[in-house]
Amino acid sequence: MSNMRFHIRFPEEKIKEPVIYQIGKEYQVVTNVRRADVRETTGWMDLELTGETAEIERAVEGLRKKGVVVDPIELNVVE
Amino acid sequence: MSKMKALVCRECGKEYPTKAIHVCEMCFGPLEVKYNYDEIKKSVSRKKIEEGPRSMWRYADLLPVEGPTFLGPHAGFTPLVRAKNLGAFLGLDELYIKNDTVNHPTLSFKDRVVAVALTRARELGFETVACASTGNLANSVAAHAASAGMRCYVFIPGDLEAAKVLGNLIYKPNVVEIEGNYDDVNRLCSEIAGEHGWAFVNINIRPYYAEGSKTLAFETVEQLGWRTPDQVVIPMASGSLLTKIWKGLHEMKALGLVDEVRTRVNGAQAEGCSPISTAFKSGRDFFKPVKPKTIAKSLAIGNPADGYYALKATAESRGAMDMVSDEEVVEGIKLLAQTEGIFAETAGGVTIGVLRKLVKQGTIKKSDVTVAYITGNGLKTQEAVIDAVGRPVRIQPSLVAFEKTFKMGKNGGGDA
Repeated sequence: MSNMRFHIRFPEEKIKEPVIYQIGKEYQVVTNVRRADVRETTGWMDLELTGETAEIERAVEGLRKKGVVVDPIELNVVE
Repeated sequence: MSKMKALVCRECGKEYPTKAIHVCEMCFGPLEVKYNYDEIKKSVSRKKIEEGPRSMWRYADLLPVEGPTFLGPHAGFTPLVRAKNLGAFLGLDELYIKNDTVNHPTLSFKDRVVAVALTRARELGFETVACASTGNLANSVAAHAASAGMRCYVFIPGDLEAAKVLGNLIYKPNVVEIEGNYDDVNRLCSEIAGEHGWAFVNINIRPYYAEGSKTLAFETVEQLGWRTPDQVVIPMASGSLLTKIWKGLHEMKALGLVDEVRTRVNGAQAEGCSPISTAFKSGRDFFKPVKPKTIAKSLAIGNPADGYYALKATAESRGAMDMVSDEEVVEGIKLLAQTEGIFAETAGGVTIGVLRKLVKQGTIKKSDVTVAYITGNGLKTQEAVIDAVGRPVRIQPSLVAFEKTFKMGKNGGGDA
């Protein structure tokens, strides 16, 4: 089992969708939101996913397919 | 008692031991170093600093290392140039350039942060260091690792220009080209940092690494005769440099090295990658990530880790932010070179371009003591100005041709 941490961003049209719930249902991962700021036109979450590494990667891909932007918790590390 | 008290979460305030960790386990906020200022105050003084080495290590009491051995012994204490010509051109009475184009060993301000990172990494027992970079950071990590005899991994995007790759290979680190775009490189490096027991300088060593930028504030204050400037203009990539200069100024006050901090910190970005400046100018306390498209590649961070904190520091100081076009970047590079004889990389062009804008807007006033931070050497980004500097005057190999071209008279000549 692995834990991986991500910073995810929602485009305006996705803010009302229960994306985290859906990911937890569709993939074998435990979702754990640690910090978030969701407003009318913008939203982000710091999210932990726990599960098998390959399943976490599938869940991340699933988030991306739903239109959510997924970054490492550190944001940009290439300087 | 150690001068380092703990690592502390910038969001929730939870404290951690001073190890190689960078994210709060509770809220996932970033960690930074918390100091025992009361303890430091007992030993630090202007006199002690002035008697220290002519490098950034004269401020070792204010840096997150135990010492007494430091890697990167020559980094810092770069010239603070009184820029009379550029000041006159812009209409400023007292303008200074903090000139990190001559920082050692790799000619950018990154030598400051990397010297701290590698010193701390070795203190924590690491023998392998790594970074993910497209330029200055990689050069600096590779050079410092070579000098320290540490194993080094440099991760770069697969499409990086040959000259930049060479600048790393010469120090013989393990240079790993990753196939994929910037986001792919970014994600993989974060994962590698989590999996391997390495000192990844800008990931798990970041709380220490970032503190090296404070030395730019310390040096500025000392070189100004122990006074804080009225205005500073700072280029922003991740935003860390700006936040640490602000922190450094306040540490000097907390330690009694200056009486007051009257400085307004101003941030500079290029239009093609200006998430922080755009947020500031829109009055937002959060930024929207962007896909960078600018010649100022050393500032091209579209989702900056310290963007939020840079916005906060600038607001606290009652400073400003702005951005300039790529054309204005080139003009800024040329203006600095032609007035002060300092050849800056593109980030320097951004700083000078924004300085110019802020003066024109009246944000920076004629009588303000102003410092512009020039963070890297122009020889690193010659391609940015190659079409903007004209060509040499070509003549036949004869004295007549030379004198005719330059309209020479007995008392000297003119321009061609």
